[in-house]
Amino acid sequence: MYEIRIHSRGGQGGVTAAKLLALAAFRDHKYATAFPFYGAERRGAPVVSFVRIDESPIRVYSQIKKPDLIVVLDNSIMDVVDVLHGLRPGGKVLLNGTLPHDMKGFQTLSVDLTTIALRLNLVVAGSPILNTPVIGALAKMGIVSMDSAKSAISEMFSDDRNVKAAEAAFQELVL
Amino acid sequence: MLTIATGNKAVAAAVKQVSPEVIAAYPITPQTEIVEQIAEYVTNGELKSQYIPVESEHSAMAACIGASITGARTFTATSSHGLLYMHEMVNWAAGGRLPIVMANVNRALGPGWNIWAEHTDSMQERDTGWLQVYVSTVQEAYDTTLMAFRIAEHNDVLLPVMVNLDGFSLSHINQSLETVDLGDFIPPLRLPHAIDVKNPRGYGPLTGPEDYFKFRWDIERSMRDSVKVVESTEKEFFRRFGRSYGFTDDYQCEDADVVVVSMGTLGKEAEVSIDLLRKEGIKAGSMRIRWLRPFPKLDLKGRDVVVIDRDYSFGYGGILADAVRSKCRADPYSVIAGLGGQEVTYDDIAGFIRGRRPGEESWFGVTPDV
Repeated sequence: MYEIRIHSRGGQGGVTAAKLLALAAFRDHKYATAFPFYGAERRGAPVVSFVRIDESPIRVYSQIKKPDLIVVLDNSIMDVVDVLHGLRPGGKVLLNGTLPHDMKGFQTLSVDLTTIALRLNLVVAGSPILNTPVIGALAKMGIVSMDSAKSAISEMFSDDRNVKAAEAAFQELVL
Repeated sequence: MLTIATGNKAVAAAVKQVSPEVIAAYPITPQTEIVEQIAEYVTNGELKSQYIPVESEHSAMAACIGASITGARTFTATSSHGLLYMHEMVNWAAGGRLPIVMANVNRALGPGWNIWAEHTDSMQERDTGWLQVYVSTVQEAYDTTLMAFRIAEHNDVLLPVMVNLDGFSLSHINQSLETVDLGDFIPPLRLPHAIDVKNPRGYGPLTGPEDYFKFRWDIERSMRDSVKVVESTEKEFFRRFGRSYGFTDDYQCEDADVVVVSMGTLGKEAEVSIDLLRKEGIKAGSMRIRWLRPFPKLDLKGRDVVVIDRDYSFGYGGILADAVRSKCRADPYSVIAGLGGQEVTYDDIAGFIRGRRPGEESWFGVTPDV
């Protein structure tokens, strides 16, 4: 089982990113569950969502304690939340752009999702859309196939700039 | 069709296919997504139902009762305080022998104000004459909602059915969902006592001491008959769509020395605990109770039993533990866990089983300083 924790702020699309990732994994003929931690949500507050991907049906409902991968959609969260909490030895981190944070030796990848979204004018209510480009980056990392990533995005969003954003992140992420 | 959906969306998808003539509903977290999705189906024309956005849950159930007595298929959904607010009408629905189907998204009761999973809400309705079923996956929520209509409307039953799913941990989780081509799985509703303007009759008259108990017995008789209808419905569902669930979902119980009994999503999580314990050489099994009413026959003879209650009856004990103790003559280790969404992992459940103390009760997480 591969376990992913996504950190974002309310309104940035972290919850939808989890759902997109689960749908893409499902299109890869794997089992997946996606769920947010629900608290008192409000725009701008730190939000956590989770994705589990496995070859067999997933029977675990509790929160992910020891993720294999941490995704941070808004690096400013790292000032207030210990995003590396519980990350397994050998676990990876995907950041939205680089910032001089101490990643404690964990393999850290980064791609500027915000710039990609702004370049394509993917902005809703003043916030750049990060949930579709990040799926492209995750496909580059091999979490899901790019075909399934694109198909999941098209299933959930009719605006084809979302697929373009995923393609851009796929190209721009350096492994 | 294969897709992914939340537990709430899966219930809404099933309701759309069953196409009730009347849906009366009032939103409440974490159920709101069900009635919102259904409202969208009605608005965009995918579902031809009369959708009544009522001003309260009491009115929601009252409207369902009024519609159902005309012979219309009806549905509503609620949660927690909403369910309790309709409590009076919940009794009337069963007493009126109306095959209403309701989804209840299990949520704790306030105070303290809490929106997370707990079973005490529906447990407080367990003596009303409704059939109650508890599900554990998105697929099961969908499949069971479909079956609920066929069971409720069967003329050997004619009792309402409550489909219960855990707040957030199932209502808001995305999992795979395979929808079916329903065909004629659910026959048209024929309510024998439906209002007929050509043959006027009185409804809800004063029922004296010489007759009242007969109507109560008739509810119980149908409740007992519903066992066969649940079985035949499951069998037919399996024949057509290839999935079945049963009264209980048993996992590695055949040779088990110790069985953990639970309901809802904790019952699925418990299966992972069983895998862990089996690796340690502990012969454990999991029995997830699906149908709480009618209460199933459980084979627990000669085994240690651990019951997890996500509910409580103050001054008495865990409600499920009590049922297991009296119906199965077991002396379970009663664990109270998961109240108000308290996080309970498969490691925790394995710990309950390893450290079991038959006959005792333990509140998970409660220490002398709490």
